[in-house]
Amino acid sequence: MSTQRIQPSFATTGGTLSEANLVIGGHGSETMEARPFAIPSKKLVMWLFIISDSVTFGAMLFAYGYLKNASPVWPSPFKFYPSIFNVLLMTFVLVSSSLTMLIAIGHAKAGDKGKAIRWTYFTAALGVLFAILHLREWSGLAAEGVHMFSNPWGSPMFGATFYSITGLHLTHVLGGVIALTVVGTRYGTGRYTADDLELGALYWHFVDLVWMFVVPMVYLMNIAR
Amino acid sequence: MSTDTSSNPALGKDLAVYGIILAIAGLQVLMAYRTAPGMQLMLQMLALALVQGGIAVAFFMHLRNEKRGLVLALIPTTIFVLVMMNMIWSDSFRLFRMHP
Repeated sequence: MSTQRIQPSFATTGGTLSEANLVIGGHGSETMEARPFAIPSKKLVMWLFIISDSVTFGAMLFAYGYLKNASPVWPSPFKFYPSIFNVLLMTFVLVSSSLTMLIAIGHAKAGDKGKAIRWTYFTAALGVLFAILHLREWSGLAAEGVHMFSNPWGSPMFGATFYSITGLHLTHVLGGVIALTVVGTRYGTGRYTADDLELGALYWHFVDLVWMFVVPMVYLMNIAR
Repeated sequence: MSTDTSSNPALGKDLAVYGIILAIAGLQVLMAYRTAPGMQLMLQMLALALVQGGIAVAFFMHLRNEKRGLVLALIPTTIFVLVMMNMIWSDSFRLFRMHP
């Protein structure tokens, strides 16, 4: 918790002493509220973002389930090869990227900046690989006729919900790649600390977590038999 | 890049968690092909995904190391909201039953 007191600047700057200066200066460290949950406020904000984003993805998966139940014919287009094989590969890449991020954080906490940055960049590279595999999966489905509002097998809503859920997840992955690259670079220049890198890691693990629910609910429940 | 991870003492546990998560992912694929699609498969998939997610939150996101107050503030509220969303299911079968 910050215990820094804001002193009135009247004497040093020669300016006027505002009421705000007096009010802020009047609150000493002894009267300030303790930090909630004993974590930095930035980390608490990240957790709150993760919770709200979980509910967003939850709502999208519920909408997918609703439309699936309400449709007389729901397509099952995912063959083992290429779709399920590709999804397994994507899962392997994303879970591995969580592990490499943990290694980066371990090095950052140990004070080894060079290794922490290299592992963070490696994690971002795995994120890019995941995105490439995802686009390959999409292009394969599009070639089979699965479009946003049409497909050859059943409810036209399949494409809308499928591309919305996986597209939102892919957006999170790409956002994470950018965030990790920026935070890693700024950590290298000394502008950010190991705690900031840990926030990036927290977000990255969340992206991994969402994928753990998308795979069974969207892909494995609709395999071609 | 350097692959020296010797200065990371928690890596052994992280590797075990990583292996378990991947094993569950493999098990899900196996079950998807061995079980007929339906409510039973969906519940099995959901249960395994919850185990996977719980492990990831506890170990990868280190929520188990945080204060209990934070866990109690975050997890029950999220579960409550997600459980409340389940009220939509009866309506999703309206087309077939001709009533909600």
